[in-house]
Amino acid sequence: MSEAAASSNHEVDLGHLMAYDPSHHLAAAPSSRAELRDECLRKATELAQAVADALFSLPATEGRDGPVVRLPPPANRLPREKHLPRPAPPTKWEAFAKQKGIVNRKKNKRTWDEQTNSWKRNYGYDRVNDDRDIPIIEAKMTDEPGVDPFAKRREEKKGRVDKQEKNRLGNLKNAAKVGALPSHIQLAATAIPITGTKADLPRKSKKEDLENVAGMASSATASGGKFDKKLPGEKPLKKAGKHRKFLPVAEGKGMGNLEKQQNDKILNSLLAKNFEEPLDVSKAITMYKVKKDNNRRKDKKSSSGSDKLKPGKKIHKKSSKKST
Amino acid sequence: MSTIRVPRNMRAKRELLKHAPKLVENGKKMIILHGTKTSAVLNSVLADLFHLKRDHAVKFTKKNDNIRPFESGGETSLEFFSLKSDCSLIVYGSHSKKRPNNLVFGRTYDHHIYDLVEVGVENYKSIESYAYDKKFAPKLGTKPFFAFIGEHFESVEGLKHLKEMLLDHFKGEVVENLNLAGVDRIFVCTAISPTTVYMMHCALRLKRSGTSIPRMELVEVGPSMDLVVRRNRRPSESLQKEAMKAPGHAKKLKNVSNNPIDGKLGRVYIPDQEVSKLALTSDIKGLKRERRDAKKNKEHSKKQKVNPE
Repeated sequence: MSEAAASSNHEVDLGHLMAYDPSHHLAAAPSSRAELRDECLRKATELAQAVADALFSLPATEGRDGPVVRLPPPANRLPREKHLPRPAPPTKWEAFAKQKGIVNRKKNKRTWDEQTNSWKRNYGYDRVNDDRDIPIIEAKMTDEPGVDPFAKRREEKKGRVDKQEKNRLGNLKNAAKVGALPSHIQLAATAIPITGTKADLPRKSKKEDLENVAGMASSATASGGKFDKKLPGEKPLKKAGKHRKFLPVAEGKGMGNLEKQQNDKILNSLLAKNFEEPLDVSKAITMYKVKKDNNRRKDKKSSSGSDKLKPGKKIHKKSSKKST
Repeated sequence: MSTIRVPRNMRAKRELLKHAPKLVENGKKMIILHGTKTSAVLNSVLADLFHLKRDHAVKFTKKNDNIRPFESGGETSLEFFSLKSDCSLIVYGSHSKKRPNNLVFGRTYDHHIYDLVEVGVENYKSIESYAYDKKFAPKLGTKPFFAFIGEHFESVEGLKHLKEMLLDHFKGEVVENLNLAGVDRIFVCTAISPTTVYMMHCALRLKRSGTSIPRMELVEVGPSMDLVVRRNRRPSESLQKEAMKAPGHAKKLKNVSNNPIDGKLGRVYIPDQEVSKLALTSDIKGLKRERRDAKKNKEHSKKQKVNPE
């Protein structure tokens, strides 16, 4: 509420107890500091009086220690400190209950327990119909032998509690999505980000990291660092990385065949994906026959003793041993 | 997999609930920080500002070398401190050759920088340098008056911004009811040039005037200083709109009347019953009729069968 006072045009904002005089000119640059101060004080007194005029003419009620007035809302609006509270989205149950028209009814907190002839709580410690109060469970015909019914009951209860906790987390996550998480709850993943911070800010490298890098560098030679001179104090590489094993390229049986098999497998899987033609049975049969023939011929050749031609002798020996 | 983190005890929970966004907000708190270097003048300025607001302020005494409010990335730890101490008003002092006696006033919205004004401090006089009768000394936490003098507060963009900033920083709590006995201080800000504001803090003496409205008298109690506007950063349009949102007014109570004879009366509107959208349960009696009819028919047919024999 701003009121223009009659005498001079200053604005009064009673909500902030503020007066502003936009028309005042200082008398041609006051020569000294003291003069300026006096001028300001004179004008300020005038403005303070204007605020007081408006303030003390408001209807006052007698408070405990002095008269109390009700201030009008401020005219100069200032920004909020935080956003307006957002309404939480309905939980799964609330949504379901609304759809089904289920209304909450007030229930007694205590119920008459006929077993003990006393009032007991509905929930919590010492509650009515507590499973734990039953010391004996009668066996039934359907019971499986070897199952502890008490343990089973405990398990079931734990399962229900866990399920509820999971549901709660889900509801909270939904609330967090619209920014309506209750302020005292924090999901570990939802700390408020701060402008300018990066999630993957480079952290300071530790001693271990440096050692690892040094180890990796030292082993980056043809011999895997085997013949390199170690510096004094340099430790052997702790985590030796996995080394790829290459299969022999030369054809043969056993190990010698593995490389081809591997590539065949990859090729087949690739071809199978793009295979669109329907299966031609007759063609397949001929292919099968040819393959069989080839295999037989190959077998014959190997048995006839063409060992000298094959380069991977060691491997061959092994495989031949296996075959026998 | 995220986990739920809740405070372990009630005290911590209460503290967190205090920080929560509210419809009607708590008073804004001020955080006062030092830069890498501060001059003796600035130290004194910061101490005085803290003294003025010490019920609603937090003062950090360590040097902060990674705070540069106007540079991107330099506001990170500022926002962090704002978050941790739940302060939304920032006063940051630093001293350098380029910008001597530099004071940055800032505000945050949702713990992110909202706007900033940078001023230089000149002609500073501390609280201690003023000698006055101590019985006039303003009490802690009283709501101050403000007097802004000079056309520059309207014509110059920088000063307009500074005016709003000073008002927000020193206005104290937003109250509805004000005790008139607590009127005892005023901030006087005069625009003495398009870049300079002469700011002083005075005590108010209420003198008898013969009417119900007292006569005002000002006693300067300090501090006083000239603020020379340097850089400033205004909030973006969208952010400003967001921050200025006011809570919607409570809905007017409709269809309720109160009179002494009948008491409180309400008129209730009952919407049409939409049968197609009714919530159905499995045990509706109406649905059982089919079964009942079937049973009846059965008996009937039995009787008929019996009769001919």
